[in-house]
Amino acid sequence: MSIVDTAKQAAQGLLQSAMEKLVPLAPDSWIPGGVPDPLIARKHGLIGKPVSRLDGALKVSGGAHFSAEHRFDGMVYASLAYSTIARGRIVAIDSAEAQAAPGVVLVMTHHNAPRMAAPALFGSSPTAVGASDLPILQDDRIHWNGQPVACILAETQEQADHAVSLLRVTYAPEPATTTLEGAKANGIEPGVFMGGPLENTIGDAEGAFASAAHKVDHTYRTPRHNHNPIEPHAATLAWIGDELVIHDASQMVSQQAQTIGEVFGLKPEQVHLTSPYVGGGFGSKGLWDHQIIAAAAARLSGRPVRIALSREGVYRIVGGRTLTEQRVAIGACADGTFQALIHTGLTVITPHNAMPEPFILGTQSAYAAPNLLLKVEATRMDLLTNTFMRAPGEAVGTFALESAIDEMAVELGIDPVELRIRNEPEKDPTSGLPFSSRHIVEAWRQGAARFGWDQRSPVPGARQEGEWRTGMGCATGTYPYYRMPGAEARITLTRDGDTVRAKVEVAAAEMGMGTATTTAIVAAERLGLPIEAIEVGYGDSAIPGAIMAGGSQQTAAIGAAVIAAHTALVDELLALAGNDSPLAGLSADEVGSDEGGLAKLDEPGRRESYASILARAQRDSVTATKAGSAPLELMHWSMHSYSAVFCEVRVNAVTGETRVSRVLGAFDCGRILNPKTATSQFRGGIIMGLGMALMEETMVDDRSGRIMNPSLAEYHLPVHLDVPEIDVIWTDIADPHTPMGAHGIGEIGITGVAAAVANAVYNATGKRVRDLPITLDRLI
Amino acid sequence: MSLIVNGTAVPAPADARVSLLDHLRETLHLTGTKKGCNQGACGACTVLVEGERILSCLALAVQYDGRQVTTVEGLAQDGALHPLQAAFVEHDGFQCGYCTPGQICSAIGMAAEAQRGVPSYLSDDLSADTTLTRAEIQERMSGNLCRCGAYNGIIDAIQATIAPKVPA
Ligand code: FES
Ligand code: FES
Repeated sequence: MSIVDTAKQAAQGLLQSAMEKLVPLAPDSWIPGGVPDPLIARKHGLIGKPVSRLDGALKVSGGAHFSAEHRFDGMVYASLAYSTIARGRIVAIDSAEAQAAPGVVLVMTHHNAPRMAAPALFGSSPTAVGASDLPILQDDRIHWNGQPVACILAETQEQADHAVSLLRVTYAPEPATTTLEGAKANGIEPGVFMGGPLENTIGDAEGAFASAAHKVDHTYRTPRHNHNPIEPHAATLAWIGDELVIHDASQMVSQQAQTIGEVFGLKPEQVHLTSPYVGGGFGSKGLWDHQIIAAAAARLSGRPVRIALSREGVYRIVGGRTLTEQRVAIGACADGTFQALIHTGLTVITPHNAMPEPFILGTQSAYAAPNLLLKVEATRMDLLTNTFMRAPGEAVGTFALESAIDEMAVELGIDPVELRIRNEPEKDPTSGLPFSSRHIVEAWRQGAARFGWDQRSPVPGARQEGEWRTGMGCATGTYPYYRMPGAEARITLTRDGDTVRAKVEVAAAEMGMGTATTTAIVAAERLGLPIEAIEVGYGDSAIPGAIMAGGSQQTAAIGAAVIAAHTALVDELLALAGNDSPLAGLSADEVGSDEGGLAKLDEPGRRESYASILARAQRDSVTATKAGSAPLELMHWSMHSYSAVFCEVRVNAVTGETRVSRVLGAFDCGRILNPKTATSQFRGGIIMGLGMALMEETMVDDRSGRIMNPSLAEYHLPVHLDVPEIDVIWTDIADPHTPMGAHGIGEIGITGVAAAVANAVYNATGKRVRDLPITLDRLI
Repeated sequence: MSLIVNGTAVPAPADARVSLLDHLRETLHLTGTKKGCNQGACGACTVLVEGERILSCLALAVQYDGRQVTTVEGLAQDGALHPLQAAFVEHDGFQCGYCTPGQICSAIGMAAEAQRGVPSYLSDDLSADTTLTRAEIQERMSGNLCRCGAYNGIIDAIQATIAPKVPA
């Protein structure tokens, strides 16, 4: 790093800390969202109405092309060989037989792979999205069991797969840390997440806990998880001239193109990455070794390449959620008010990444307690790098916290819903910021009434019919509102006679969240056009800006960018309108879009249609591109999505089998933009939570560091019969400080669910399970 | 040797190792049929062979010489979506859409099985007619995984269309 870079960083650091001090104190009106988005007040139109997915017909008829479904002329197929040791080096690779096998075009190992830079580690710059910063096929070092050691290209997939089986790789193993105990013995370090320490200390939590009248203090454990999108990771790519064209499956289209470009020393415009359809991601559809290996092999062979990972391949090279060991200790008065809340523990990372599972994030703003101690520590194992998975931190953190709350409710003899409401904070307990919009108590009340919570006996095991014991449990879910900088929107109005259509382009990703549809709904309202006149462009790195489908922030990021681009568009249109227009002399903040044109806000009769403005100016189209405002609102308010989750389980007294019979999620997530797709997001998250509660675990062999269940047959996911009808309701109270009044909804669904299940299991059986998943053996 | 795919005769592969799934996707470019696991664990590759649902990843293409294979691309009639396809859109029976072709083909095959009186794990009387209750559909569709968790919408779509016709 040069002196200039260091100075720049120092200046940025100073600016950042000055902002952190000043932004909370600034008047609301200076902050994005300080003046409510006008769309919040608009009650007619499509926002809030159930709209079917615009790409629905394409998807149900098999016409949507996913990454492994594109083709190039002369394309060859890739197959990977994976290391069978956890750490050490490659002594030799005998590839003679593989080279000679029918159809083989290339055998690529560290000996002949082109020289490439290591990918930039996620977060090391605004566009860096490498899951680890290990070099790929550049040397003989092995860092995890499953690391790619060779890539074979052949004319068909069958030929490539067969040739891989003919490779003979000899290793010199070295001692590897593959047990948790071994890792702990090597050392424990503070957890650092996105540049900040994972630690909050307020008051004297241990002291207050020691002297509290009522206490609970337990350790909760969550295992490793895999995302398991049903579409395995794949890319189809080609070098066309100096350009690398990649059809990928990506939740971070532009950032991924940029990071790949840097690996190959390319200019940003030399990588064109498209990803319009992604077959599920949940945090996993990012940059891993396979895209880089395939691009290198394509360059070396001069042939376009399809790399479609096998399901086992996904487990070998695409990391999942890491394990946690969490202590939650609560000290309370007899009336239930918390005096001390301690949430600390350990998570596992690797020597080559920096993603400690931040399980205290939800606890930071959950409950009022005068004394708080929250801390994540990390230890390192020689394994495949772990990564973000749906609600990183909150999904497993709420299991521990919300189980402990339930244990405290039992200790105090207070209803667990009531106990939570009694500890509702007035302002954010760790940051001290006011909440932008928090109506969790309404969610609790509405949810409890609808679920029939009053039918629950506080006495465990009180309901038994035949072999089956029934119990009810509940938990709070929470996930922060984020809006990342960098999003841009490009709006193009095109006139054809009297009709005007709009194209709205955002570098966003659509993995099934309904983003394309919701963006069209919002754009139609924003521009005053019917939804049929809107086309949404996304999933293409050629679109300006960078947006990530992560952190449940995409809708907010797009929303703010479209607000900015719309304002720029109105400016352009007013300039084009000129002096002969009824709008002459008005400025952009005096007019709004309505019914196919612009109108003066306080005098709607003074208006002109887009078609008329463009016609007079003799223009067929007008374009505006603009980035969203800096997300200062995040430093000014404490902003979160919330849920109250209720669950009923039946547990078999003989076999220990747990069946989930009812689930209700009551959500407080701002205004719901499209109830149809939102319901699916909530339910999908809840179902992943049921899997986490009852069956999901990535098992690692302690001796070899190798994942033992790398298949959908051995890693169990919830299937149709495991999932009851899931009731979903929401407060629908708009947050006055966010675009459209909306909050993110992609990750909140999974949070709290595992605790609600565990608490219901306790209510059914009297057995408290503190280690996930709650399998049969833990109940008999 | 040839197969009949969506009504059209197509050649079988020369390489006997090629699965029906890979033949559909890579040779015939019918990519509507999806590959989720390639080992019979997810149901994404489900197609219909003369009305019966099979996992095309566990089938060799050469085994289907002369047989009628229907994929998701072959369900629409005269340009109109099959009623079950339309119901998937209406009931939001998917998110990413990757498991969807398999779910749809599987549901059609499942309804035919029920019609033929094939019992399930939930059947009390193995010889009685089957009524496709919600639980019956859930049980019979449990070989089709959906990680997006669109299960409720999928069952709603099946109940709204093909399930009421069973028993016929
Ligand atoms: S791809 Fe055939 S069952 Fe999964
Ligand atoms: S819709 Fe995504 S896996 Fe089913």
